[in-house]
Amino acid sequence: MNPVNYLYLSALLFTIGAAGVLIRRNAIVVFMCVELMLNAANLAFVTFSRLHGNLDGQIIAFFTMVVAAAEVVVGLAIIVTIFRSRHSASVDDASLMKL
Amino acid sequence: MENLIGLLVLAPLLGAGVLLTGGRRLDRTGHWIGTALAAASFVIGVVLFAGMLGRSGEGRTLQSHLFSWVPVGGFQADVAFRLDQLSMTFVLLITGVGTLIHIYSIGYMEHDERRRRFFGYLNLFLAAMLLLVLADNYLLLYVGWEGVGLASYLLIGFWQHKPSAATAAKKAFIVNRVGDVGLSIAIMLMFTTFGTFSFGPVFDAVSKAHTGILTGIGFMLLLAACGKSAQVPLQSWLGDAMEGPTPVSALIHAATMVTAGVYLITRSGAIFNAAPDAQTAVVTVGAVTLLFGAIVGCAKDDIKKALAGSTMSQIGYMIMAAGLGPIGYVFAIMHLVTHGFFKAGLFLGAGSVMHGMNDEVDMRKYGGLRKFMPVTFVTFGLGYLAIIGFPGLSGFFSKDKIIEAAFAKGGTEGWILGGAALLGAAITAFYMTRVMLMTFFGEKRWEPDAEGHEPHPHESPKSMTIPMIVLAFGSVFAGGLFSLNSSFLKWLEPVTGHAEGHSPVSAATVTAGTMVVLVLGVGLAWLMYGRRPVPRTAPRGSLLTRAARRDLLQDDFNHVVLVRGGEHLTRSLVYLDHSVVDGVVNGTAASVGGLSGRMRRLQNGYVRSYAVSMLGGTAVLIAATLLMRGVA
Repeated sequence: MNPVNYLYLSALLFTIGAAGVLIRRNAIVVFMCVELMLNAANLAFVTFSRLHGNLDGQIIAFFTMVVAAAEVVVGLAIIVTIFRSRHSASVDDASLMKL
Repeated sequence: MENLIGLLVLAPLLGAGVLLTGGRRLDRTGHWIGTALAAASFVIGVVLFAGMLGRSGEGRTLQSHLFSWVPVGGFQADVAFRLDQLSMTFVLLITGVGTLIHIYSIGYMEHDERRRRFFGYLNLFLAAMLLLVLADNYLLLYVGWEGVGLASYLLIGFWQHKPSAATAAKKAFIVNRVGDVGLSIAIMLMFTTFGTFSFGPVFDAVSKAHTGILTGIGFMLLLAACGKSAQVPLQSWLGDAMEGPTPVSALIHAATMVTAGVYLITRSGAIFNAAPDAQTAVVTVGAVTLLFGAIVGCAKDDIKKALAGSTMSQIGYMIMAAGLGPIGYVFAIMHLVTHGFFKAGLFLGAGSVMHGMNDEVDMRKYGGLRKFMPVTFVTFGLGYLAIIGFPGLSGFFSKDKIIEAAFAKGGTEGWILGGAALLGAAITAFYMTRVMLMTFFGEKRWEPDAEGHEPHPHESPKSMTIPMIVLAFGSVFAGGLFSLNSSFLKWLEPVTGHAEGHSPVSAATVTAGTMVVLVLGVGLAWLMYGRRPVPRTAPRGSLLTRAARRDLLQDDFNHVVLVRGGEHLTRSLVYLDHSVVDGVVNGTAASVGGLSGRMRRLQNGYVRSYAVSMLGGTAVLIAATLLMRGVA
């Protein structure tokens, strides 16, 4: 199978993720969409690694996973805290930073 | 010998310092200190004069370098004095007449509780004027120049409790400032052109300079001279300056202040000689002023203002003579000295009359005073004869020479100037005779003043009459002494240079002409004021008379053209400031504010919209990078 197809898939996943981040209000869903984008990027890295015949891309993919795991920990904690204080997981409700 | 020059200035300056800072404990002795220091300055002047007579030729000029004032790279300003025949003449006049006026003031200001301060100011005046005439460079001269302006302001406004005096002082100061600007510009021009403003180097460098620049300097110096010497168009302060005590008027008109302009032009002779256009301007100003002042003098009923008009006119003669170039410099100074004697005498006489008449200044309320004030009458009379140019008296010699020099200018110009000078002489004879007749002759016209005090005319105390007598001697003999063997000419020639003019009319004709106009002027005045009784209230008079009473509308002119014009200018500038300048500033602020308000809305607090902008930004960045790669 042509490795370029993986790139198409990666782009498709990224687009879905980005659209989800922009459109959905639920913080959990937004969060999952972010994960989707990260994984789309991972897929692209791995594909490029394969295409170029070296392991750099795979190493980066591991890094990304580690970062994503850390991010999930912090991010979920924030979401849970917000949910506790405002009884809502909508990202639009957390708009106190506006002027 | 050189060291004495500094003392000349220092003595009165010390007096001013002591008297003005000494406080009330000097109230009893202050006037004696002031007079003594003025006299000390005069004595030093005489010693220096004797020393100067003992030398000859170039050796007569003494220079004394006190210290470097502003030594900055190419800019060297020194406090240095130069005593040559020209400054010597002024020094003797200033200190001599100045001392006499000090003595006179002891009596005149006796009842004034601020007499100590008055003497302090008088000393300051002398010091400033001496600095002006002794300075060896234009910058130091400028210091003296400003000092004279300051002292005149303080003295004219001495009775500051009178609003009119305070206003007159301000007027004198402000009008003088206009002239001062001219002098400062002239000095700047000199510095940029010659790189120096010391007399010697500047005059040496004149021949190499461009005529246009010299003309510019000449015009600026003339402007300065117009301010200090009350020449048209900056003459308006002189009449109002009569608000000061009479000795001040005498000092301003005879020894200090108004003579400064003549000194400046004569001293800068080298510049004017090389700038014919500037010279033409100088003679024009002089000729116009000599007629202007004379006409004003004819219409005034205030004795001091009539004399003020006369001063303006006589200074006009001097400025005109100075503008004639080498044929006139010596005579300008000669007339200045003789004028110093008789004008000081006349003013002191006027002061003496006022002293005896409850400070009344209106000549229509005098009359017949010769019986009551014989000394004043005789001294004033001699001053009068001198100023109208009665043969044998001072004014005759000096004025005659100026009229001759005016004719000797040659061509149409010479005829116009000579004619103006002759006409001026006729008018001088007229208004001075008028003053004389209205004051000392005719029947008595005085009335009780507002409080019912009948004036009791009486002769003034000795301290006042003695200076008048001394000045009367000067008025009578100075001119003859100067003309004897052309002594004054020989004395001053090495400094100012002299050229014999070639007059189209002979000297004898000029003298005869002067005599004719003199008789005409005196005769006309006698017909109008001697033969007929003088009315107590001024008749309406002709249009010219009414204009002359208002100083030939000089104040109206200044008001309409300068004051109103200035007001309109400032108003439009304020409008411009409010609308354009503030408009730009406020507009910028408002548009920045408005824009920020719009931009603020982008910060809506919604994470998703931030995410959009991040995504969009990234997309744009990537697109731009790819595009650039494509282009490169």
